[in-house]
Amino acid sequence: MLQYTLKRLLAGVVTVWFIATATFIAMHMVPGDPLMNDKAVSAEIRKNLEQKYGLDKSVPQQYVIFLGNMLKGDFGISFTQQNRRVNDIIRDHFPVSATLGILAILFAATGGVLWGALTALYRNRTPDIVIMFLVILGISVPSFVFAALGQLLLVNINSFVGRSVIPVAGWGTILHMLMPSLVLGLGTMALLTRLMRSSMLEVINEDYIKTARAKGLSPVRIFFKHQLRNAILPVITILGPQIAAITTGGFVVELVFAIPGLGRYFVQAVQQLDYTVIMGTTVFYGAFLVLMVIIVDILYGFIDPRVRLQ
Amino acid sequence: MTDATFTPGTEDFVHVDSNVSVEQISRPSLSYWQDAWIRLKKNTRAIISLYIVLALAFFTLPGPLIWQVDPTLQDLNQISQSPSWPKNAVLVGPYSHWNGVTIPSFPVEPEEYAESVEPVTGLRPYEKPTTQQVRLIWDPAKGAAGYNIYRNQRPPENFNDLGLPLGTTYGGNEVSYEDRLSLESRPYYYSIVPTDGYDEYETYTVLNVTPQMTITVTEAVDRGLIPVDDGLQVGREIQLEFHPFGTDYLGRDMLARLMQGARVSLFIGIVAPFIYVIIGIIYGGTAGYFGGRLDAFLMRFADFVVALPFLLFMILFKIAFGIGPGESGVLPMLLALILLLWPATARLVRGQVLQIREKGYIEAARLLGAKPYYLILRHIIPNTMGVILVTLTFAVPAAIFTEAFLSFIGMGVAPPTPSWGSMCNEGVKTMLSHPHELIFPAVFISITVLAFNLLGDGLTEALDSRMRSRE
Repeated sequence: MLQYTLKRLLAGVVTVWFIATATFIAMHMVPGDPLMNDKAVSAEIRKNLEQKYGLDKSVPQQYVIFLGNMLKGDFGISFTQQNRRVNDIIRDHFPVSATLGILAILFAATGGVLWGALTALYRNRTPDIVIMFLVILGISVPSFVFAALGQLLLVNINSFVGRSVIPVAGWGTILHMLMPSLVLGLGTMALLTRLMRSSMLEVINEDYIKTARAKGLSPVRIFFKHQLRNAILPVITILGPQIAAITTGGFVVELVFAIPGLGRYFVQAVQQLDYTVIMGTTVFYGAFLVLMVIIVDILYGFIDPRVRLQ
Repeated sequence: MTDATFTPGTEDFVHVDSNVSVEQISRPSLSYWQDAWIRLKKNTRAIISLYIVLALAFFTLPGPLIWQVDPTLQDLNQISQSPSWPKNAVLVGPYSHWNGVTIPSFPVEPEEYAESVEPVTGLRPYEKPTTQQVRLIWDPAKGAAGYNIYRNQRPPENFNDLGLPLGTTYGGNEVSYEDRLSLESRPYYYSIVPTDGYDEYETYTVLNVTPQMTITVTEAVDRGLIPVDDGLQVGREIQLEFHPFGTDYLGRDMLARLMQGARVSLFIGIVAPFIYVIIGIIYGGTAGYFGGRLDAFLMRFADFVVALPFLLFMILFKIAFGIGPGESGVLPMLLALILLLWPATARLVRGQVLQIREKGYIEAARLLGAKPYYLILRHIIPNTMGVILVTLTFAVPAAIFTEAFLSFIGMGVAPPTPSWGSMCNEGVKTMLSHPHELIFPAVFISITVLAFNLLGDGLTEALDSRMRSRE
């Protein structure tokens, strides 16, 4: 197990290096450079600025310096936000995105497993048909429409009550987080419900379920101990990539609900070609996602003993 | 019992003519695709989805030929119009000034101000109300030194619900008002409240007016509705521009823009998956067939690409490929999608190839001297076609979603090129007042994604060999 973990971590480090390199190349392909956003400056000032940010060196040299700093965990200083370190930007704004993402995943996973199991148990009866219809809706409607509708709903609730019960936008209290995480998790929940349903349908007809029933186990025990535990495995496999999708997919929700997450800074940085912020956020996100996938895979081994044996 | 055993001879048998044809045991042999098609036809949802996809194709390709309205034509007189049936308007001459009505015999100010006055009576339109102007007159109220005029779009419930304050007249004998404030052809409720010159008396009179749709001759000529102003056309009824889906915030026709947007969205949504699936087939096929070190190396690289944070790199690549002035940004997005999404198909195809490679018929073909690429193209790829087709069907909605998503956050196609996503982006700003600008593109995205998803489900069931063996 330890060996497996170490091997995965090593591969993860190589992956992060690849992400960093790809970002570096893509970024330098963009025409122009970050200093062009400022007012026209004289050649001397520009030279000094280039020296300050290390832009006077050749691209390969810049790459080596960047990798070196990255190993030290230092992403440098932002070009557009004077004297603000990229590390500080990440430290200030990533927790917001992460909280949003974790809440959304929690909501999506519990909802998905629950609804999926329920639809499988009530296969082809009214609850199944109703929930599956909603699931198809959840998969087909883009998240920004849900975000807009969610905001509309909040506005109506607030105007109905007569005062601002749930804030429509912004960030801070748990009430602020409610609607954005709900909206963000909706698509994933629909996906997980579908997956859970089909995997549950396969499990229900397995021999060991019949055996358990023949042994006289209570239906509740069969459901939790035998059906749910086996059916949940494919859901867990897909959870890793889904965490990735949700954390980066938070862009739109952050935009609509005016949440000060990292996504907004990334879009801004790309538009202004803020080299250091782009590199910092991409590498950080990449590392975070790689770590998430590794954690989920290792977790999988704990839940399913069969995987551990291999 | 004389004879213990009966031995039948030839004469004991009678020849029976066989007039019944031999039962046909075997069904006509069906190819894999014929069989899949029969299965798909049984799936109502998939067939409905197929029709929706065909309808969308019709909407996109010949659509703009039938609905020949320029999607880029801005008409600032027709901003954010709701969807409607064709509207007619009566041609009228140019606006002429109206002095209003002042009754000389009635005092401007009452001699003594009372606590309350009676509501005004005889509130009526001065002439036929049109969308050009609504002219109202009323009989003066005794004791009033002026009047406030309000307009509401529904019957007022009480004194505090009179709606938009339009204007004030100063003088109890000034008993007329002309409303020219963005009138539409819909019911309005005008209220007149008498005042003492400063404060209102708590009483009002309501009149329901529905202005007639009119258009001045000059404007009609400007908008190209009638050829020339020959002076004889006043009073004639003409048909206005017809916007079945309404107009957007710049007065552009929504239907034409939806069709144009469908071209962009569906182009990205269909071409990108098509290309990256082909790349994935070649890449995965090569890796799976040759195996060994090459396989390990190729798949390692694919894993790296999968690990790139998708949306971040979509944005980065899209910017990196650059948009020149006047370009729509469709090609950079296409490239970015292809660059980032091929590994999924490559993995899938490789897995399939690894399975098929070991099959007997491949061995047989190889013994007959088939070369690797012949084997891959002739035997292996066709056998993975089912899985690939399913991937392709599910890749389309994913690509459409990505395009919509990027256009929504303003990183997609560049304006004025419409795409469903960028139309949603524009529509969400006026969501409360003009919901149709958000609803139509959103519904189109949803229906397209839904249709492709259901079609994918149907194809999975129709092509899945596991399901086949279950029956």
